[in-house]
Amino acid sequence: MPFDILVLSCFVYVIFLFAIAFFGERRAELGGMGFLRSPTVYTLSLSIYCTAWTFYGAVGYGARSGIEFMTIYLGPTLVFVGWWWVLRKLVHIGRQQRVTSIADLISSRYGKSNGLGVLVTLIAVVAATPYIALQLQSVTLSFAVFASDQPVGWATPIRASTALWVAGGLALFTILFGTRRLDAKEQHHGIVIAIAVEAVVKLVALVAVGSFVVWGLAGGPGAVIDRIEAVNLPGWQLQPGRWVGLIALSAAAVICLPRMFQVLVVENIDERHLARASWAFPLYLFAMCLFILPIAMVGLERMPADTNPDMMVLTLPLAHGQGALAMLAFLGGFSSATSMVIVETVALATMLSNHVVMPLWLRLRPEATQSADLRGGILLARRLSIIGVLGLGLGYYRVSGGSAALAAMGLIAFAGMAQVLPALLGGIFWRGASRVGAILGLITGFATWAWTLFLPSFGQDAVIPAQVFAHGPFGLSWLRPEALFGTAAMDPLIHSIFWSLTLNAAAFFAGSILSFPDPVERIQGAAFVNAFDAEAQGGRLGWTHGQAEPEALLNLAQRILGEEALTFFEAEARAQGKEGYLPDMTPAFLTELERRLAGSLGAATAHAMISQLFGRATVTVEDLMAVASEAAQIAEYSARLEANQTELTRTARQLREVNEKLTQLSVQKDAFLSQISHELRTPMTSIRAFSEILTEGDLPAPQVADYGRIIHEEAKRLTRLLDDLLDLSVLENGAVQLNLGLAHLGELLDRAAAVASQTRPDRAFRIERDVTVEEIYLRTDADRLVQVFINLISNARKYCEADPALLRIAIRHRAGRVTVDFIDNGRGISKENQALIFEKFARLTDQTKAGGAGLGLAICREIMANLGGTVAYLPGQRGAAFRVTLPLRLERSAA
Amino acid sequence: MRRPRQPLFLARATYRRRRLRDAARLVPVVGAFLLVLPLFWAQGGAGPVVVFVFLVWALVIGLAALLAPGLEQPDPPQNPGGDD
Repeated sequence: MPFDILVLSCFVYVIFLFAIAFFGERRAELGGMGFLRSPTVYTLSLSIYCTAWTFYGAVGYGARSGIEFMTIYLGPTLVFVGWWWVLRKLVHIGRQQRVTSIADLISSRYGKSNGLGVLVTLIAVVAATPYIALQLQSVTLSFAVFASDQPVGWATPIRASTALWVAGGLALFTILFGTRRLDAKEQHHGIVIAIAVEAVVKLVALVAVGSFVVWGLAGGPGAVIDRIEAVNLPGWQLQPGRWVGLIALSAAAVICLPRMFQVLVVENIDERHLARASWAFPLYLFAMCLFILPIAMVGLERMPADTNPDMMVLTLPLAHGQGALAMLAFLGGFSSATSMVIVETVALATMLSNHVVMPLWLRLRPEATQSADLRGGILLARRLSIIGVLGLGLGYYRVSGGSAALAAMGLIAFAGMAQVLPALLGGIFWRGASRVGAILGLITGFATWAWTLFLPSFGQDAVIPAQVFAHGPFGLSWLRPEALFGTAAMDPLIHSIFWSLTLNAAAFFAGSILSFPDPVERIQGAAFVNAFDAEAQGGRLGWTHGQAEPEALLNLAQRILGEEALTFFEAEARAQGKEGYLPDMTPAFLTELERRLAGSLGAATAHAMISQLFGRATVTVEDLMAVASEAAQIAEYSARLEANQTELTRTARQLREVNEKLTQLSVQKDAFLSQISHELRTPMTSIRAFSEILTEGDLPAPQVADYGRIIHEEAKRLTRLLDDLLDLSVLENGAVQLNLGLAHLGELLDRAAAVASQTRPDRAFRIERDVTVEEIYLRTDADRLVQVFINLISNARKYCEADPALLRIAIRHRAGRVTVDFIDNGRGISKENQALIFEKFARLTDQTKAGGAGLGLAICREIMANLGGTVAYLPGQRGAAFRVTLPLRLERSAA
Repeated sequence: MRRPRQPLFLARATYRRRRLRDAARLVPVVGAFLLVLPLFWAQGGAGPVVVFVFLVWALVIGLAALLAPGLEQPDPPQNPGGDD
C-alpha cells in the first residue's frame, strides 16, 4: 500500500477529527447538546483508557505472557461494576466541588493546599511523560511498518521527525480545542466528542482485524478456542502475585490516571451517566480484549519469529495483502494514541497551569488580580503547559530511543500514578485524613516508586549503577532497588507496587493520626466524606463577610468566566429577589462563585484570588484566631465596662458622701462666720466697754488696774485667736517652715503634758504612760509635734467626763512608723461627729465649756500632714481616742 | 390498655432500593472472588482459564447492566426514620 496514501488518509482523518471537535464545540455553544450529553458519549469517552498501549501493546503483551494482559482490563471492570463504592462518590464530589483535575481534588480536600496540588502535579507529569512518549513511539512505529518497503527518499519517515510532526499536530489540536475558552466546569465538549468518535474507530478497527483473523485465518471461533485450550507456552502460566497485583494496580490506575480522572469526573455532565458506564465501559473493554489473544496466537504461528509482536495488529493484515484493513488498523492505532495524548495533555496542562504557573504568576504579580486580563493569562499558561507537556514526552522519546517494550512503560506509569490512591481514597472516606499524612504518603510512595521502578527502568548503569543494584546504596543491601528489605524473590514490578503502596499508606496513616488538621482542612474533610449528606454541605466553608463590592467581584468573575459570569450574577440576583446584575454578597453566593472560579483555576487559586479581593474575608486559621481574639476582646471590654460601672457606682457614692460633707461644711461655714464674728466680738465688746469706762476718768486706782488687766486678757485672747487662724492658713497652704531635728518622744510627751496641765488645772486627771516604749528618737519638727500632743491632751482634759479621768498614751513602733494613741476613759465621740471634729470651729459641746475657738484639731491635722503623718479618730476604744501616726525619720523632701 | 394496633408501615420501595445498592456493592466482590479462583486450579493449560475469565467478565458485566437502571433513579424524598 502506497505510503503517500497512508499519509493522505491520515491527514484526512485528522481534518475529520478537527471538524467533529469543531462541530461539538459549536453545538455546545448553541446549547443544543442533545446527543453530546448522552451516556453513550460519556462511556465512549472513557475509552481513552485504551491507548495505543492497548491497541498495539496488548497483542504483544498477550503474545508474551498470555492471559496476564487481561489484568489491565479486569481491574477497571471491577472498579466500574462496583461504581457504588468509589466512582459514584468521586464523581459526585467532583461535580459538587467543581474539581478540575486530580491534583485539584487532592489539594481541595486537604485544606485547599496548593503544595499538595504541586506535589500531585509533579507525580502526574513524571508518570505521564513516559506514557506520552509511548504513544508517540507507537505512531512512529506504525508509520515505520508501512514505510519499510519504501525506497529511500523524501517520503521515508525518519522516526524522530514523524514523532515531531505528530506531537506538533497534537499540540495544535489540544490548544485549539482544549483552550478555546475557559469553562467554569473545565469541560471540553469538542474534545469529548472527538475522542468518542475515535473510540468507535479503534473498536471497529480492532474488531475488524480480529474478525479477519478469526474467520479469515484461524477458521472460526471454535478452532480458536480449541487452539487456545491447547496452547502451553512457558510464559503463559498464571503467576498469582502478578495476577492479583496487576488487577489491583489497574483498578487503582483507572481512578488515578489524570486522563481517566479528566473524562470520568471533570467532563462528566450528569452523574446518572455513570450508571450506564458502569456496565457499558467494561463491555467496551471486553470487546477490545476479545480478539487480542486470537490475533496474538495466529500472529505467533504465522509471522516470522523476529516480528515485533507489538505491531502484529498491523503486520498480520499487511502480510496477508489486506491493505484496507491494515489502513483501518493504522487509523485505530492512531486514534488510540492521539486521543490519549490529547486528554492527558489537557489534564496535565490544567494541573500545571492551575497549581504551578498561575500561583507563581499571582505571587510574582499580586496586582494582576486587580488589573490584567486574567483570562488571557490563564489561557496562555494553559497553552504553554500543553506545549511543555508534549515537549517533555517528545524529549523522553528522543532520549530513551523508544527501545523499551510498550507494556513495561505503561505499567511503570500506572504504578507511579497509583501513589495518589491512598490520599484520594483516604480523603473521600476518612475524615481523619490530614494534609500532613497526604504529603508524607505521596512523597514516600513517589520516592519508593522512583527508586524501585522508575529509575531502574532506564537499565542498569543508566541512572543507578549496577553496583547499587547488586549491593544497595552505600553498601546498605536492604535498600537494593529491586529487593527492598531483602524481598528479592518478588517480581520487580510487584515488588515496587507492593513496597511503594505499603510505605505510602503507612506514612499516610501515621501522618494523619499524628498531625492536627487546621479548620479549613477539617471543614473540607467533612464536606468530602459526607458528600451525600445535604446538611454537611450547609456548613461548608464559606465566605462569611466581605468588604468586596459586588462590582469588583463581577469584574473579576467576568475576566475569568466571561459572559457566563454575567448570567450567573443575574440569576443569583433574581434568586435573591433583586433586579439587575448585582446580588447580595451572601455566603451561599460567594461559595458558589468560588466553586465556579475553581472550575477554571483550581480550588486553591480561586480561594486565594477571592481572598485577595476580599482582603482576607475568608475563614483561614488566622481569621479564626482573630475571631477568637476578637471575642476575647469583647469579653475583656465588657469586663472593663463592668469594672467601670462599679467604679462609677463607687465614685457616685463617694460624690454623695462628699456632697453631704460639703453641705455640712457649708452649714459649718455659716456657723464659722457667725462663730468668728462672735469670737471676735466677745473680747472686742469687753475691751470697748472697759476702755469706755476708763476714759470717763474718775475711777479708783485698783479698779483701773483691774479693768486694764481685763482689757489685756481680752486682747491676748484676740491675739491668740488670730494667731491660730494665721497658723492654720499657713499650715493649710503648705507654706510652713519645718524645723527638723532629733527629738526624744518621751521628752516631747513630758513637755506636752506639762503645758496641757494649764488647762482646767482644777481637774483630777491622770496620764498613764509606758516610759520604756517612749525611748524613741524621732527626726521631726519637735515644737510642732508637741503642739499636736498638747492639743490632744488638753482636749482630753477638757472633755473627758469621767471621774477620775484617765488618759492612756500607747506607743507602737513598726516599720519605720510610730503611732501614738491618746485614749481617755470618757464617753467618746458619736459616730456621726467623728467626721466633723477635724473641721474648723467644730465644737461638739457648748462653747463655754470649750473655751477655745474650735481650731485645735484642724490645726493638728494640718500639722501632721506637714510632718508626713496623720491624726485620726480611733473608734472602738470605749472613750475618745486619737491616733497620731508619723514617720520615724522625716526626710525633708516629704515635708 | 393497649392502643389499637397500627398497620405496620413497610417502606417497600425504599427497602428494595437499599437492597439493590447492597447488591451493587457486592458485584465487584463476587467478580474479584471468581477471578482469584483460577489461581488455585491444578496447573493445566492456559486455555480453560481464558474461557473462564471471559465468562466471569461477561457475568459481571451482565449483573452490572441488570442493576444499573434501578440505581440510576434519583432518591425519592427520604421519609424520616426509614433507616435500614
